Amino acid sequence: MPEVASKSALRIRHLRKAYKDVVAVDGLELEVQAGECFGLLGPNGAGKTTTVEICEGLTEADSGDVEVLGQNWTSSSAQLRQRLGIQLQDTQLSEKLTVFETVRLFRSFFRQGVEASEVISRVQLEEKQKSRVGDLSGGQKQRLALACALVGDPDFLFLDEPTTGLDPQARRQLWELIEEFKKSGRTILLTTHYMDEAERLCDRVAIMDHGKEIALGTPRELIASNCAEHMVEFMAGSVSKSLDVPALRGIAGVRDVRTENGAVLLQVAELHTAVPALLAELIRQNVPLTELRTHSATLEDVFVTLTGRHLRDE
Amino acid sequence: MSDISVPDVRAAENARKSPHGTSFADHPLVQLTLVRFREFVREPEALFWVFVFPLLLAAGLGVAFRNRPAEVLNIAAVTPELAQFLRQEKLLEVHQLELQAAEESLRTGKVALLAETGPGSTVVYRYDDTNPEGRAAHLLADRAIQRAAGRVDPISTSDELLREPGSRYIDFLVPGLLGMNLMGSAIWSLGFAIVDARRKKLLKRLVASPMPRHYYLLSFLLSRILLLVVEVGVLLGFAALFFHVPIRGSLLDLAVLCVLSSFSFCALGLLLASRARTIEAASGLMNIVMMPMWIPSGVFFSSQKFPDAMQPFIKALPLTAVIDALRANILQGANLAQMAPQIGIMVFWMVVCFALALKFFRWR
Repeated sequence: MPEVASKSALRIRHLRKAYKDVVAVDGLELEVQAGECFGLLGPNGAGKTTTVEICEGLTEADSGDVEVLGQNWTSSSAQLRQRLGIQLQDTQLSEKLTVFETVRLFRSFFRQGVEASEVISRVQLEEKQKSRVGDLSGGQKQRLALACALVGDPDFLFLDEPTTGLDPQARRQLWELIEEFKKSGRTILLTTHYMDEAERLCDRVAIMDHGKEIALGTPRELIASNCAEHMVEFMAGSVSKSLDVPALRGIAGVRDVRTENGAVLLQVAELHTAVPALLAELIRQNVPLTELRTHSATLEDVFVTLTGRHLRDE
Repeated sequence: MSDISVPDVRAAENARKSPHGTSFADHPLVQLTLVRFREFVREPEALFWVFVFPLLLAAGLGVAFRNRPAEVLNIAAVTPELAQFLRQEKLLEVHQLELQAAEESLRTGKVALLAETGPGSTVVYRYDDTNPEGRAAHLLADRAIQRAAGRVDPISTSDELLREPGSRYIDFLVPGLLGMNLMGSAIWSLGFAIVDARRKKLLKRLVASPMPRHYYLLSFLLSRILLLVVEVGVLLGFAALFFHVPIRGSLLDLAVLCVLSSFSFCALGLLLASRARTIEAASGLMNIVMMPMWIPSGVFFSSQKFPDAMQPFIKALPLTAVIDALRANILQGANLAQMAPQIGIMVFWMVVCFALALKFFRWR
């Protein structure tokens, strides 16, 4: 049923929320399609968590409309709670309970759901079933939190910075579990300040800054529309002979030039034409090249292009 | 708005989803209450404070203030003749000593009195008249000497000794300790658990789930009732078994009193925990509320000892009402109707604290 599949799972209109002296969300508009994994990307303090908590019915907005799974919090909160799976940022589950007891507790809140033992094996904690929560590693705790979000077999899964503070291996493990859930065709809203996480997991991404959406699209689209496909980073010059940076703008295919910690970053459309042209320019200026790197542009580069800041600066 | 999920996928999901079990153990209230139990039992310190500490206190105070048979007083006599006369008195333990040794014993308190012969056929008693033991020894020693010398008491008297269970210090103490324990365990267990859960954002996580919020609170009350049976049983059982403290009132009334007291203190604990975000803030609040009640509410000595002007305030404290009612039941066998004023005070505290707690309570 294609017309159903294109319906939105979440619709946010004119959303505004201010705390004492900060405007956390400032007129946000957003729509998440049913079945997609949508990423809210932004630095700390961008308003991601406030937005997600309003969507989860935990925080009241000052103004604006939020519709989750076609329902709103004022009239259908009890039904909505049954259909959402929620993982909050840094919740500490009771340390004295075992993994099984914790999942069993959360299972008891849902009218329908998955058996506790099945969810535990889905998040690969079978061997830890009888362990106390306090004895788990950070990654295991996050997987347990995910299990508590999945135990009601949700139609919509909210994940607020699910991998923050985890080591790379634990992050990858959690990504696999989220991808597993994605395959079931249900909706995910994920916040993160890791670009690689958004690029890997999300079908579409909204970049937020200062409570507003500043870019929206698939990760590829965002990269293609906001900066050229590739980044060239190099260091050149010496004390006696410094580099003429503005001259680099003249090189064919270079879209943007900026300097950062002594290195020069070029946004280029095609590496195979830009790099030889750059080398020729350096020879013309007679400055020695000391370092040269290239990488495909990432969401981080998009963010820097849009705001002039790095995602994790703050 | 209609359900947005694809209907046939939804149907397939429903087939896969296990419906909520109908068994008793799957009920959220049962699971939440189990959590309360597990958290309590897995906290050794809590077990100590709730179960062991009141017993140690009762045992310690019971031993210190036990009613002993009338004590035998040690005195010294310097001549065999005096010693022989004095030994007629059964309540005196007479040591016949050289004068120097006797003086030394008197000085160090080993004997309460020294008897020696004075000039002529007189007897001289040396003792400290500010010391009750000295005065008692003097009365006993003089009576023994006079009787040995042939005095006859003009009026014959007899003694009736009162050592009845129910009027001793331990009898007074046990209901006081029980009341203190009911207060402490209700306030600490509720206050700590809630503030800790708020601090860890677990409260927020729970309200993000479909958990009915009143179940969370009910689970505390349910677990409290179940733990009460053990707490009260252990303390009263110990007191009855080792100190023969009588329980004169109806056990059903006592159970009603304990549950009512505990709920009043739970309401107070809930109010104290309604906003605090740190354990330090919460325990500060709890101490401020509980400590002033330990002294005037009559745990260790009668609240009547405070000035009359303070009595109305002392009587209005929940702990005073609880302890007065417990004493009336346990020691005087009073029924609930006779404790109406105390029960009224408990209900008042329960209703007011609970209403305020619901108004102020923050889940995050």
